[in-house]
Amino acid sequence: MSDSTAIANGGQALSNSANTANSAHGEHPPYQRHHFASVEQQADTTNFAMWLFLLTEIMFFGGLFTSYLIMRNWYYQAFVDASHQLSIFWGTGNTVVLIASSFTMAMSVWSAEMKRRKSLLIYLCLTLVFGLTFLGIKGIEWHEKWEKHHIPGAHYSVQSFLNPQSDPEVYKEYQDKPLPPDAAQKTEEYFFLYFAMTGMHALHMVIGIGILVFMIFRAKAGAYTTGHVTFVENFGLYWHFVDIIWIYLFALLYLISRH
Amino acid sequence: MSPTTAVSTIVTLPDQSTARIPKMNFLTKENGLLSWLLTGDHKRIATLYLISITFFFFIGGALAGLIRLELLTPQTSLMAADTYNKVFTMHGIIMIFFFLVPSVPATLGNFLIPMMIGAKDLALPKVNLLSWYLYIIGGCMGVYVMASGGVDTGWTFTTPLSTHYVNTHVISTAMAAFIAGFSSVFTGLNFIVTIHKMRCPGMTWFRLPLFVWSNYAASILMVLGTPVLAITLVLVMLERAFGIGVFDPTKGGDPILFQHLFWFYSHPAVYIMILPGMGVISEVVSTFSRKRVFGYTAVAFSSVAIAVFGFFVWAHHMFIMGISNYAALIFSLLTMLVAVPSAIKIFNWAFTLYKGSITFETPMLYAFGFMGLFTIGGLTGVFLGTTGTDIHLTETYFIVAHFHFVMVGGMLMAFLSGMHFWWPKWTGRMYPEKISQFAAVVTFIGFNFTFFPQFILGMLGMPRRYASYPPEFQALNVFSTAGASILGVGYLLPIIYLTWSLKYGAVAGNNPWQATGLEWQTQSPPLTENFTEIPVMDHEAYDYEWLEKQDLAKMQAEKEVASV
Amino acid sequence: MSEQHEQEHEHHIVSPVTYMIIFGALLVGTALTVLASYFDLGEWHIAPGLTLFWNPVVALAIATTKMMLVVLFFMHVKYSSKLTKLTVAAGFFMFLVLVGMTLADYFTRAWGRW
Repeated sequence: MSDSTAIANGGQALSNSANTANSAHGEHPPYQRHHFASVEQQADTTNFAMWLFLLTEIMFFGGLFTSYLIMRNWYYQAFVDASHQLSIFWGTGNTVVLIASSFTMAMSVWSAEMKRRKSLLIYLCLTLVFGLTFLGIKGIEWHEKWEKHHIPGAHYSVQSFLNPQSDPEVYKEYQDKPLPPDAAQKTEEYFFLYFAMTGMHALHMVIGIGILVFMIFRAKAGAYTTGHVTFVENFGLYWHFVDIIWIYLFALLYLISRH
Repeated sequence: MSPTTAVSTIVTLPDQSTARIPKMNFLTKENGLLSWLLTGDHKRIATLYLISITFFFFIGGALAGLIRLELLTPQTSLMAADTYNKVFTMHGIIMIFFFLVPSVPATLGNFLIPMMIGAKDLALPKVNLLSWYLYIIGGCMGVYVMASGGVDTGWTFTTPLSTHYVNTHVISTAMAAFIAGFSSVFTGLNFIVTIHKMRCPGMTWFRLPLFVWSNYAASILMVLGTPVLAITLVLVMLERAFGIGVFDPTKGGDPILFQHLFWFYSHPAVYIMILPGMGVISEVVSTFSRKRVFGYTAVAFSSVAIAVFGFFVWAHHMFIMGISNYAALIFSLLTMLVAVPSAIKIFNWAFTLYKGSITFETPMLYAFGFMGLFTIGGLTGVFLGTTGTDIHLTETYFIVAHFHFVMVGGMLMAFLSGMHFWWPKWTGRMYPEKISQFAAVVTFIGFNFTFFPQFILGMLGMPRRYASYPPEFQALNVFSTAGASILGVGYLLPIIYLTWSLKYGAVAGNNPWQATGLEWQTQSPPLTENFTEIPVMDHEAYDYEWLEKQDLAKMQAEKEVASV
Repeated sequence: MSEQHEQEHEHHIVSPVTYMIIFGALLVGTALTVLASYFDLGEWHIAPGLTLFWNPVVALAIATTKMMLVVLFFMHVKYSSKLTKLTVAAGFFMFLVLVGMTLADYFTRAWGRW
């Protein structure tokens, strides 16, 4: 009995070629899922899906940025003084490292598109190294905050802001004036937002690094150099997004005012 | 098949003596628990969701019963005030996050969207399954928290109450809502991708059923709004756990900041809840008046307009909280604008009915209920969006009545309408018509008795979230509780007769309603892959003439076969 | 099959030279923004009680430029479909709505009652 709906065999909306297989089990690469009519549709679809996921990430970080902008506006001087506690050296270094990792990630995608397995492996490993370096530097910075009692909570100390001269390295550079006690207390807000934002960012880096390791093993097995590059491409989007978040974090957290 | 031209009469069932449920369908394809728990089939996932949300609905409903029982007397007779706080909080959290938000999208949306666009499945089946697991984890966590003492801050988690002054399970509940939020994000993401990329040949945007448009608009809200709730809950958890102070005035924080971030999601959330329901109503009103929806383009665009404008109005929940007058002015103005697309839909449905061939099957009864009750609920929203009147009415029972009219009188009725409308497609069986019509009427009556008095209570000044109230409000409260018991009957009946119909209902056949839409061209219940071959869409949406031609062609073919 | 693949596949492969140029530009941007933070760039007194300080504006402008470079070239948006471009734009728009309309409340609180 024939179905009353008209029959299609790879209609135009799906593919320009007339011989795209669409019957019960036509020819298609093993990585094409059955509900897709073609690899192009699958690649296109998953790419769009990754962009939508990144939109959710924009909005997720958006809440943190909103909170930060309000608090910075309210407690400008405290935020300036607190930001002086962050090392420009490490911060700029981290920014350069992460931008480099974005570059190597873009080169990884290029390598996969050009079907160059060795090149892909090199660039993925470089991306991994840069990512780990970033986290290492972050660790150094956070450790320094721990030592100086600048982690918000029970052990937070406003000493460096009530009496800036008690902190010679920072005082040498910026000669901050002592803050009154209520303003000094607001530096804890700064550090809370600092740790919340860089922490959330670092969490996303860790997840990215985990997936990167998985990808390196798969790349070694040749999974991405046979024409099926979508995984690398979509991961690249995620990685670049994490880089963009850092670009803004660096500008907002480290560079409030260094004059 | 009925010998008469099938268009004028509605219910067209196959000959019951010979009709059978098709042996091969998505329910029978594979057996065993794992085939369900590890499925990628959107229809099975929809079924899993249906069972889960019904479970959570009854927990939320039981809590509602407790609220109404407590409010029978002016004093706190049934439970302590603290317990009452927990009861209404959990009622709100369960009903909103674990019932209303997923209700139509995760059940009907999941089930229908691929079929309506002529696809074999959603774009990302594994993400779909993940979405259900996240929902279950979040929901079970919520119920567990409830059983171990609950939370009493109100579903709105207002700071600094939730971060500093209560000692209930705020963090666990926030975590449960956080997890359920991601379930919602993934469903929305899946829908957007599917609708953009998986439409069958010939299925242009303006040939899509309006149900698809509504779910698309709701999905935009899910994807863009829910993450803000996620980060807000994270901040609440951090503040509560580590005492940081971003919402704490004594440390320099701002409690209003919490509210801005919270309502940035929670206002679009109400549109997430209502838009899919409106999509159902479009389908039902069209089918049961045998007419294409009046002003298809206007209805489609109004769905998107509601989604977009819905993002610009959140601070109308905060008029009395301390936002600046200028902000209140802007948000109030924008709130007036967002009412317009909703009104456009109501007008268009009314014009669809005009000169249609209206019949009163159960889905249509629920749709009528929706149109009336949503209109009342929506109009009362205008009083609340006006800053002057809002000062008097906010945080009273007027608000409670307003949102129950739109959510229960609107959304829940739309959900029931949709469940009855697509029940034959889902299960292959018809529900019993007479008792379901009775249940629909009982629900409508019970609903009005329950919630209409609450408008009056609100105007008279009874505050919300109070276990005790001045004795002069008792009569209306008793009236409301009496209505609630009727409403409860109205909700129990469908559970009973729909379950009954699984075994004893009449066999439905492919298209018992003679409805347009690609899902009605498949068998009931559908095959796992929906279509044996991908269809080509060659007619407009709600094209009843095309349907008539199809049926005539079929009868012609059968005649020829018979005469050979 | 492979010719058809190339024909219909509008996928544009960005060359490594482009990537290197963008990488260089990003590094320059980083240096610029660090440098700018060491100088007081002054302010613009728009109206009594309404001042715009140039330092944060410059910092955000440089950051936004860097972001655009990453989005357009590293993330291939320049070579992507209209849908992708629209999606990215929608994301930024919603972010701006969240930040902008929330800040609108905070900035106008000091304006007094009416």
